[in-house]
Amino acid sequence: MAFDTILVANRGEIAARVIRTAREMGLRTVAVHTTADAKAPHVALADAAVWIGEGPVGDSYLDGARIIAAARETGAGAIHPGYGFLSENAEFARAVEAAGLTFIGPGPEAIRVMGNKAEAKRLMIAAGVPCVPGYEGEDQSDAALTAAAQKIGFPLMVKAAAGGGGRGMRVVRNGADLAAALAAARSEAANAFGSDELILERAITLPRHVEIQVFADAHGNIVHLGERDCSVQRRHQKVVEEAPCPVMTPELRARMGTAAVEAARAVAYRGAGTVEFLLDASGAFYFLEMNTRLQVEHPVTEMITGLDLVAMQIAVAQGSPLPVTQDEVRLDGHAIEVRLYAEDPANGYLPATGPVDLWRPATGPGIRIDAGIVEGQEISPFYDPMLAKIIAHGPTREVARTRLIRAVRETVLLGTVTNAEFLADVLGQEKFTAGEATTGLLDQVYPEGFPAAETRPRDTALAVAALMQHDRDAALARAGYVSADQLGWSSAPLLPRGLTLAEGDRRIDATVGAFPGGWSVGIGEAVFDVELAVNGNDLSARIDGHRVEAVARVAGDAVQIAVGARRLAFRRLRAGSQDEARAGGGRVTAPMPGLVLAVEVAPGATVARGGKLAVLEAMKMQHQITASAAGVVKAVHVAAGQQLASGEVMIEIEEE
Amino acid sequence: MGFVSQVVRDSETFARNRADMLALVQELRDLEARPAALSEKRRERMEARGQITPRDRLARLLDPGMPFLQLHSLAGYMVDSDDPEASVPGASVIIGIGFIAGARCMVVVDDSGIKAGAMAEMTAAAFLSAQEMALRQNLPFVHLVESAGANLMEYKVEFWAKGGRLFRNLARLSAAGLPNLAVLHGPSTAGGAYMPGLADYVIGVKKNGMAALAGAALVHAATGEKADDRDLGGSEMHASTSGLVEYLAEDDAHGVEIARDVIARLDWNKSLPPRAAHAFAEPRHDIDDIAGLVPTDYRIPYDVREVVARIVDGSEFEDFKPLYGVSTVCLQAAVNGISVGIIGNNGPIDPAGATKAAQFIQLCGQADIPLIFLNNTTGYMVGTQYEQAGMIKHGAKMIQAVTSVDVPRITLYIGASFGAGNYGMSGYAYEPDFLFAWPNATTGVMGGEQAAGTMAMVARAGARRKGEEIDEDRLAKQSAMIAAHFDRQAGAFHTSGRCLDHGVIDPRDTRRVLGFCLETSLEGRARRVKPGSYGVARF
Repeated sequence: MAFDTILVANRGEIAARVIRTAREMGLRTVAVHTTADAKAPHVALADAAVWIGEGPVGDSYLDGARIIAAARETGAGAIHPGYGFLSENAEFARAVEAAGLTFIGPGPEAIRVMGNKAEAKRLMIAAGVPCVPGYEGEDQSDAALTAAAQKIGFPLMVKAAAGGGGRGMRVVRNGADLAAALAAARSEAANAFGSDELILERAITLPRHVEIQVFADAHGNIVHLGERDCSVQRRHQKVVEEAPCPVMTPELRARMGTAAVEAARAVAYRGAGTVEFLLDASGAFYFLEMNTRLQVEHPVTEMITGLDLVAMQIAVAQGSPLPVTQDEVRLDGHAIEVRLYAEDPANGYLPATGPVDLWRPATGPGIRIDAGIVEGQEISPFYDPMLAKIIAHGPTREVARTRLIRAVRETVLLGTVTNAEFLADVLGQEKFTAGEATTGLLDQVYPEGFPAAETRPRDTALAVAALMQHDRDAALARAGYVSADQLGWSSAPLLPRGLTLAEGDRRIDATVGAFPGGWSVGIGEAVFDVELAVNGNDLSARIDGHRVEAVARVAGDAVQIAVGARRLAFRRLRAGSQDEARAGGGRVTAPMPGLVLAVEVAPGATVARGGKLAVLEAMKMQHQITASAAGVVKAVHVAAGQQLASGEVMIEIEEE
Repeated sequence: MGFVSQVVRDSETFARNRADMLALVQELRDLEARPAALSEKRRERMEARGQITPRDRLARLLDPGMPFLQLHSLAGYMVDSDDPEASVPGASVIIGIGFIAGARCMVVVDDSGIKAGAMAEMTAAAFLSAQEMALRQNLPFVHLVESAGANLMEYKVEFWAKGGRLFRNLARLSAAGLPNLAVLHGPSTAGGAYMPGLADYVIGVKKNGMAALAGAALVHAATGEKADDRDLGGSEMHASTSGLVEYLAEDDAHGVEIARDVIARLDWNKSLPPRAAHAFAEPRHDIDDIAGLVPTDYRIPYDVREVVARIVDGSEFEDFKPLYGVSTVCLQAAVNGISVGIIGNNGPIDPAGATKAAQFIQLCGQADIPLIFLNNTTGYMVGTQYEQAGMIKHGAKMIQAVTSVDVPRITLYIGASFGAGNYGMSGYAYEPDFLFAWPNATTGVMGGEQAAGTMAMVARAGARRKGEEIDEDRLAKQSAMIAAHFDRQAGAFHTSGRCLDHGVIDPRDTRRVLGFCLETSLEGRARRVKPGSYGVARF
């Protein structure tokens, strides 16, 4: 039980979070990492770091044997699994203990029982914890499930017994759809969780998701630390989490808390756990599942209780009794958390990758940001796209909410697409503001998905001004004797210059002229006078009299800009480059005299820009002849074995 | 030190002066807008050819937001036409000093939107002036070429004979170690073909760029050959076959971008020592006041120190010999932290003023301090007393000092600049580094009134000698004609049209213009260039 070194078997913000507390407690920390994560901050934060694989999680963060070996090599006496990965893997917990190490979490048996929805539910019913009426029997035949479904009534949920995190769940609205849903859920469950066992539950209409944080020590003490309302979800993935629940009463909290404590007691729980409930409009609540780990959203509980849950986890693992009794738990104010993801909400929440070019977490009273990213890092496709958690605390819910909106706006990550604008929008929704959000909120407010906001010409103008000022400062840095008061000045009026930008696939034609202290930017019919002061990445502008603060990063032809909650990216199109294809792409000529070795396209073939067309041998070198524009091959004038003169037409492409 | 301004901003005089001056500035801007508007009419046609307009080319060539000093914007005004309303200034060319990738360059753009860029009567004068300035200030020379050449309808033999200097200057630039670069946006035929021919770097734009000693029409007339313009001189041909073109551009914008890249690769400021940084303060007095404190009528006197207080650092200056030769004002001050000597006039120059100025010029020469001449003088004093006091020899000393001093000289015509006073005050013929006029400036051998008066006097004396009766009516008509003849030629817009300065500026821009010119000349002198005996040859 005694240990002085903790290996953190995780990555990203949670690894950084655990390391922070462990260090505060005077413990040594060991990080594990992949090649893709070699420069990730958790590696730098830990006292030691062990490489455990290339990129894919199966051969690294999910490879228990490797992680246990890493703990042994580094003298770590305990392993903290974080969340996700191996955190709810009973086999792993068992293996850790078998290796003589401490698993910072509950015992393997508690993990196993709670990991199976059917078994957990049976146990909860036995312990008197209210459960959603449903079927969790061992008879998994279609007949049994269909009979049970008729008894429960529709709509109902079909869930994988071994599932979690929203995966393997589906809603069945009427009996006709049941057979198909069962078949699909079985196959999905078998694939995803290795077990095709299903449970059925009555679908509770527009419930709230309310969960109770419980804590148990090895001495039989169990407390609950109040609830978290995580109703704002997208496909069962939490988006916003807050504590307390806006409709909570002390009486309801006491009842739910007692139920949660009983649930923990039923599995002889140890450490931090979360009992999830659905709370319906009448105040009735139903056990959903128990998460046998530290939750992503644990900071909101920390912020209203003043407790450090990771410190408590470590203390419990070391055999210490809980630092608080139930009576000593105090809830102070309100905390709300949102999850910043590398994803594009306006594009079906497609996960995004890319570099972290600029990372500037917001600061201010009541703001906490848990992140595991650094500038220069690459967001890889291997891992969960969550970048950071932004949390705000305030004496009231409204203060917390408005602080959080400010923090989301002022937390700037440039380089990859994020959901920042979506988060700010959600926090500003009327229903959320009123504390009325249920799990149906996002479907109600964004029935067609999160709409792509049209970029405002004023923001484009600011981006153009930032780009121009960057160019000017680059010129100034190379120039000789130029006094500051000369900048933006011309002795006779010059016409504005033309400039073409791309924003995604959209082409924007702009004009820009200078005046001392700023830029006159024309976008379409509108002209914006942008007075601009730049200090590093900070822009302080006055646009047609309105003050605008923004953060921008200009690198070469790329401008990324954060204005309010909006995150925009533009690219300057250079002359020549965009016309290159148009000018020369149609006729592909031999760049030098040579022998045709191979022709790789035939008339009618579709080619992409850069696609291989032919191979030409000259001076013992093989030259790839590629398409300079996408299109369809119109004619092929050469054949393999043919000797060509320089400039001879080889292939003609009808451009797209 | 501690100059106390006497200007009363809310006076009637101030308001009237200001209204008069701003009206002249507006006239200047309207004149400058004429060629731009005329050229703009060709935009559609140029864009249909895949081109961008000459002003677009210029805007894309220059670093955004860096300063630009336009030169000769009124060249040709009242030369191409006697009608002030119809005359189009600019001489089909846009000239100025601007920045390309941080390098200060002389830039000349053929305004092919006007008569296809054909050379007008004053085009060569403006062009030569730009070349001379580039040579003097050590500036790379960039020419965006698209010109129909000389206008055969307006051919004059001296255009051809003197025009050769354009090409000679390109060779001199190259030999002086000053890279010169041409972008062929359109045709450059006959003599014009030597524009790219003598450029150190040529960028040819596909499809439109063209250089040939004779176009297809002339070739057919001369030899009977039926030739094709693209084969004769297309950019593609020159890039691959003749070797005249170094870089082939897809289109105008691309050509300009290549020009920027070529200039960037020169790393032009690599030899430039860092400038000793002097902290300086902006003038305490608002430069905008100049419009209200300067009467547009040169006959109304004012203290030139009021102008100086609005253009020098902190509005601070030393008055050199303020009690001696009082109407000639010599001041030591600084602009943008650069020490300067300033000579201004509060009236005609008398012998004491001339000697004081000559001494002051020599002192500035001794300490290598740039000189600024603020011309507002009706000339050297005349009269027995002054002749006997040696006005000629003292004025001559001032002219000699101006001629010989080897510091940068910037001359501004801010009011009157008459007779030999113009010479002593570093006028056109004395080749100051920079010469600009305010729109109210009046220059000439004398004022129209004096000229008419003088001629009337001569006529009366002649009549008296012959014992004839003077025809007062005729004399009055003659006087009016003479006055009009002088005055028509004396205005700043007229003289600037004949390239007798480098341009007309808004008086409120004076500090910036001075700062720009001083920085340009100091930079040019500080830069190490590598002159050779010959220009770089294209083999």
